[in-house]
Amino acid sequence: MSFFTPKTGSSAESVPKHTVDPRLQPWVEKYRPKTIDEVSAQEHTVAVLRKTLTSTNLPHMLFYGPPGTGKTSTILALARQLFGPDNFRNRVLELNASDERGISIVRDKIKNFARQTPRAQAVASDGKSYPCPPYKIIILDEADSMTQDAQGALRRIMETYARITRFCLVCNYVTRIIEPLASRCSKFRFTPLDSKSSFSRLSYIATAEHIDTNPAVINALISTSSGDLRRAITYLQSASRLSSSTIPPTPILPSDIQEIAGVVPDAVINKFSGILGVEKKTSFESINKEVKSLMREGYSATQILSQLHDVVILHPTLTGRQKSLCALVFAEADKALCDGADEELWILEAGLRIHKAVS
Amino acid sequence: MSLWVDEYRPRTLDALHYHRGLSERLKSLASSGDFPHMLFYGPSGAGKKTRITCTLRQLFGNGVEKLKIDQRIFLSPSKRKLEINIVQSNFHIEITPSEAGNYDRLVIQELLKEIAQTQQVDLNAKQRFKVVIINEADSLSRDAQAALRRTMEKYMSNMRIILCANSTSKLIAPIKSRCLLMRVPAPSPEEMLNVLELVARRAGFDLPPEAGMKIVDDCGGNMRKAILVLEALKMQSPDLTGPLTIAKPDWETYCHKVADLIVSEQSPARVMEVRAKFYELLSHCIPPTVILKTVAERVVEKVDESLKADVMHWAAFYEVRMRIGSKKIFHLEAWAVKVMSLYKHFFYDIDMSAFD
Repeated sequence: MSFFTPKTGSSAESVPKHTVDPRLQPWVEKYRPKTIDEVSAQEHTVAVLRKTLTSTNLPHMLFYGPPGTGKTSTILALARQLFGPDNFRNRVLELNASDERGISIVRDKIKNFARQTPRAQAVASDGKSYPCPPYKIIILDEADSMTQDAQGALRRIMETYARITRFCLVCNYVTRIIEPLASRCSKFRFTPLDSKSSFSRLSYIATAEHIDTNPAVINALISTSSGDLRRAITYLQSASRLSSSTIPPTPILPSDIQEIAGVVPDAVINKFSGILGVEKKTSFESINKEVKSLMREGYSATQILSQLHDVVILHPTLTGRQKSLCALVFAEADKALCDGADEELWILEAGLRIHKAVS
Repeated sequence: MSLWVDEYRPRTLDALHYHRGLSERLKSLASSGDFPHMLFYGPSGAGKKTRITCTLRQLFGNGVEKLKIDQRIFLSPSKRKLEINIVQSNFHIEITPSEAGNYDRLVIQELLKEIAQTQQVDLNAKQRFKVVIINEADSLSRDAQAALRRTMEKYMSNMRIILCANSTSKLIAPIKSRCLLMRVPAPSPEEMLNVLELVARRAGFDLPPEAGMKIVDDCGGNMRKAILVLEALKMQSPDLTGPLTIAKPDWETYCHKVADLIVSEQSPARVMEVRAKFYELLSHCIPPTVILKTVAERVVEKVDESLKADVMHWAAFYEVRMRIGSKKIFHLEAWAVKVMSLYKHFFYDIDMSAFD
């Protein structure tokens, strides 16, 4: 064995103290993709980024898409593959919404980091060779929560130091990024995961964690999380915690997943929609009573609305006109709830108006 | 001598009276060592807080009961001083960020980072992490919630967060997806009656079943209120027999009076009268939403079936406006006038559809 190649034994001792026991680590972190090839779905984006790995030339980038589609994972994996673990610290600056990101930080911290000439490449301790191109990467996670002013201040910085620093903005809503910034970046759209790739990733994790899951459970996970892989993984972990903590361990059931996800049971929703007169006529008093009891059960109003929406819109016998009237009600109620309106009043209001629309 | 609510509050997960399944889950989670972030939600008085303290006790033992209250000073970016009260023990810390108003993001950032970056020093501690309890999490601003997102993942080894909220509607999806959701529904009438009887027995008297039923009916699933009412009734008539009258709070009878005024006569003079009453209520710090809801419910009881839906519709409509707008009284008045005109036109049978 060569003197310069590190021994495998020593790396375990030099692990910094703050690393988490892998058993307690959230699976979302544990199974974050290590290379961009591991990123589920997003073939188009990955294909483009793989090219940059070989040519080591990177544009400024803007990643956008719904939560849990792998935006942060992709850029972190890419940076890791470009620089390797040793250079990662001094070549990458990651800022997210938990850090103060006002205009003063852009002017001081980001600008200072951006203007530094990248340090010489440290010898990779794990024996692999990394491309380690001569620039640094600044990752601005959750960039849509940055203020307009702070974004404005970035404009010139991005251009001036483009030679030695590349920016990667990550956000959910591309419309909240000001136009001058967006036009400086090449945009990558991340689409919600299709159920096939979610399925394969979830079953991979399940086997790696030795949980015995049947396809029904994984399908329940996929349907409750609607394309958000992080949510699906968190639910899977919570479910396995609950099931393994009882003695003897009980198998995970699809209904457990629904309870963890805060989904209102179908029976409750069907009863409510029945009382609203989707099936037959009822009185004001019975609707009022049902709404009160729903609220006492503690279900969340937005969840009730979205599930009721599915019931009404997919209903086989209601006419198109009735469904359209209901759709209007749902839209208004959702807006009201977003504005912080009282939940009980608005569920009642939505219920009464649906009742009126369908009768 | 403390209130019965506090005196007979269950201290351990085993002592909890209802939602057995939930207690079992909490117990097994707390002892497994692999404790997730949690979000407790449910109506008020259902026992969220009691469950949280019991879980903490299960996690850390008796040490969590040694509480101290600390006043911390935070400096806002514009150099304004914010004083926040923090309840803490060696193992957990409890904050109500809505105290900080617009600056809750700052408090969350500073406090959580400080806790997250320090490790538990007490070698005898059962767990390596500290717990941060955030009360009234549904009143956290969007910014503050966004600030929580990454912190919750990054510092998982040193800290767990327990959020306590009335509803999950106002929490952003990324937070919900990082927590284990725990729904705490209100107890059923039988469960409440059971608990009331237990409290009565421990206080040294027997609860007549009729009195118990009456209290349960009146409190609508709010356990805390039920026990408080029980104590108040006991003070009024020590033997708890005969016709019991549960005293309604003043504001509630006052609201009912307003509703009666609206229904009995519809004229500009009456609007002025109602307005004065609304002002009176507002100046006594009754939340405008509560006023609107109570009055509307009373009005609905008294009007014709075909009007009920409309009355509630406008109540919901003006309630949202009240949230967005700044002057509450305008919207209360607007609603009162709207209801009066609806009522009057219903009687004289005029078609109002053109005026909507």
